[in-house]
Amino acid sequence: MAEFRLPSNSIVTKGKHFPAPDGATNTRNVIVYRYDPDSGKNPRTDTFEVDMDTCGPMVLDAIIKIKTEMDSTLTFRRSCREGICGSCAMNIDGSNTLACTMAIADIEGDITIYPLPHQAVIKDLVSDLTNFYAQYASVEPWLKSDSPAPPDRERLQSPEDREKIDGAYECILCACCSTSCPSYWWNSDRYLGPAALLASYRWIADSRDDATGERLDDLEDPFKLYRCHTIMNCAQVCPKGLNPAKAIAETKKMLVQRRM
Amino acid sequence: MTSAYKIIDHTYDVVIVGAGGAGLRATLGMAAQGLSTACITKVFPTRSHTVAAQGGMSASLGNMGEDHWNWHMYDTIKGSDWLGDQDAIEYMCREAVPAVIELEHFGVPFSRTEEGKIYQRPFGGMTTNFGEGTAQRTCAAADRTGHAILHTLYQQSIKHHAEFYIEHFAIDLIMVDGECKGVISLDLATGELHRYQAHMVVLATGGCGRTYFSATSAHTCTGDGNAMVLRAGLPLQDMEFVQFHPTGIYGAGVLITEGVRGEGGYLTNNEGERFMERYAPNAKDLASRDVVSRSMTMEINGGRGVGPDNDHIFLNLQHLGNDVIEKRLPGISESAKIFAGVDVNKEPIPVLPTVHYNMGGIPTNYHGEVVTLKDGDPDTVVPGLMAIGEAACVSVHGANRLGSNSLLDIVVFGRAAALRAAELIKPGSPHKPLTSEDSAPVLDHLDRIRGAKGSTGTAQIRDNMQRTMQKHAAVFRTGESLEEGLVKMRDIVDSFDDVRVDDQNLIWNTDLVETLELENLLCQAQTIIYGANNRPESRGAHARDDFEERDDENWMKHTLAWTDDKANVTIDYRPVHMYTLTDDCEVIPPKKRVY
Repeated sequence: MAEFRLPSNSIVTKGKHFPAPDGATNTRNVIVYRYDPDSGKNPRTDTFEVDMDTCGPMVLDAIIKIKTEMDSTLTFRRSCREGICGSCAMNIDGSNTLACTMAIADIEGDITIYPLPHQAVIKDLVSDLTNFYAQYASVEPWLKSDSPAPPDRERLQSPEDREKIDGAYECILCACCSTSCPSYWWNSDRYLGPAALLASYRWIADSRDDATGERLDDLEDPFKLYRCHTIMNCAQVCPKGLNPAKAIAETKKMLVQRRM
Repeated sequence: MTSAYKIIDHTYDVVIVGAGGAGLRATLGMAAQGLSTACITKVFPTRSHTVAAQGGMSASLGNMGEDHWNWHMYDTIKGSDWLGDQDAIEYMCREAVPAVIELEHFGVPFSRTEEGKIYQRPFGGMTTNFGEGTAQRTCAAADRTGHAILHTLYQQSIKHHAEFYIEHFAIDLIMVDGECKGVISLDLATGELHRYQAHMVVLATGGCGRTYFSATSAHTCTGDGNAMVLRAGLPLQDMEFVQFHPTGIYGAGVLITEGVRGEGGYLTNNEGERFMERYAPNAKDLASRDVVSRSMTMEINGGRGVGPDNDHIFLNLQHLGNDVIEKRLPGISESAKIFAGVDVNKEPIPVLPTVHYNMGGIPTNYHGEVVTLKDGDPDTVVPGLMAIGEAACVSVHGANRLGSNSLLDIVVFGRAAALRAAELIKPGSPHKPLTSEDSAPVLDHLDRIRGAKGSTGTAQIRDNMQRTMQKHAAVFRTGESLEEGLVKMRDIVDSFDDVRVDDQNLIWNTDLVETLELENLLCQAQTIIYGANNRPESRGAHARDDFEERDDENWMKHTLAWTDDKANVTIDYRPVHMYTLTDDCEVIPPKKRVY
């Protein structure tokens, strides 16, 4: 029999309430998904009343403030805090983004924070990105060239050719795009998702790479590439303003063109 | 408690700790040479802080005008304020050209000139003909060069099937009779311990910017390798030399590349004056970083800062035009918008000198081998241990690093370490078995922290340390303030005895990790402030108000700092290498440093 219910351990319960410190007058509720794998308990959402008068401007500032002052067990990834390392990707106010570049002022009402959707959760806001990274590696995202490089100087590339990879090489592998894609939610075992496809396109578009045919052959598959249904969530959420959907469309176009 | 840990054993020819630019370059080099290689890293490789480097990587390619590695070497020695080792600097500047070409061959998406060559921009302190003109030497991929290089190196590492242990926190080295035999890490995902036995451990663990309150450095820049070395009874070198980058965004501390000034941007005070013309008549805004940071601080201290509190400076790039900004500086335009609310096409960016880089670190020779002072020999190699990148002090940066020499440093010495390891190690050679005694100190250390049930939270102690360092070991230093800082730091270090770790779980225990990182930061902060107080002269980034001149007679020497288990510091010295590797260049004797 098919099971139509979610497994019982997926039900999120209401968690603890952490009141604001005495004397705080300008507070906001930050509602955070918590999951503690050691406890065996269901996930919960804790509510933290955060004093905004002593909090930095970004959501990451609020999360760090919670860990610093309210609950040091709160668990999340963070590093550069300037939107370039991609560590602090999470679902904030219903949308995937980086906590470090998301301004609290741009969120109305309570601030809800969940891990990236549809990935196994390891603990609190830390999700398991093993499959995401494996998919990235699977597109063989490195320069493949048939001709040997000149021994004592760089390969030449015109500024126009170099411009073709703008919008593709800047990806920070934060996984906001792939984990916002409904098609990826259903088929992430076989659909590569926008981030890995963008990484593939980054090399297809690079005039120094000679493996376009091989790369396209690899993607010509009902699932790997063609499960993109141009839903465009990827482009909408990318915190770097990239457009993976366009790269996917270009790849599909090249597959059609090479048959003609 | 030791028995509570599940320990998984591994043997490799080499183990690299850290997966930033230096760690990855070493990893793929060693893997490619047939050594069994593992790289352990506390963050996924592309999240290492190399990713945040913006402006570029220096190399005298001469794509944009005549250039020569001799000139680059001169600039680097002058930039180091004659504390750099000239043999190592020769090696780095000479190897820069093949190193950047190799990166291009790996696929780094450099910006291009009209002829299709690698684009190069001017950077601070980089000159032609031994100080005469401005060199365009810094190879750039827009203003995302670190990102471009780090991602490419990771891609090459996958290509070479390098083995990674990702989100593993390295706790300590395994030292037996003064030799490094391996390293132990904590797997965050499981809470299990991994013990790696290796013929060579390479520390590529970066700097310790987070000893300070305001730093361009990532939260993860805690200098874990430096602290492991101190705990192993080995010294750090020149830790008092901490670079303040002139242009961190006011408030946020986020980096704005020196490339902005390389592309023609300039600094102004509250009178709208381009004040750098007064401090550095020739190089102006492209003087080296220590000079610019001091000039900015003097403007602010003189009441000529901008803003309601006259406490910062403006960086202007409005005049550069859309085309340059869009093509060459897209990343910082985005950062300025997000973190300062500024449209760089219309308004200046509010900036402030911000802690950025540690010139000091683990002393090494130019092969990357860790050295120490032993029985009077200042170049005694520590068997089994290497250090590269910001963690190391080769020393190629001396008292002040030039911008774009750090991306160069990581690639050149990452490669040098791989070459040296291949010379020293026969692939697959057997290991002498470790005893449980060998790793017992490491497990005891972990137990002590995990079981910490004091009354002071990690974040509180960290905050105290960061504010003290910010106040007492800043751009300008005085004996009085440093003494005061030393007393405060003693209390702060002692307060760590009373630290509390709340999270007792095995899986992804970041409370534990942050506490281990804090412990690492504390002993490094001690070496910084102690070294600063101990050096009565002004040299490079170390500027003493009470000793304004450089004192070559007494202080042209490297500080070595050891710490004991209470983070008390002991000092000794190593001579600066005033000789070159080859006869292709001459030693640059010390002279007055003006820009």
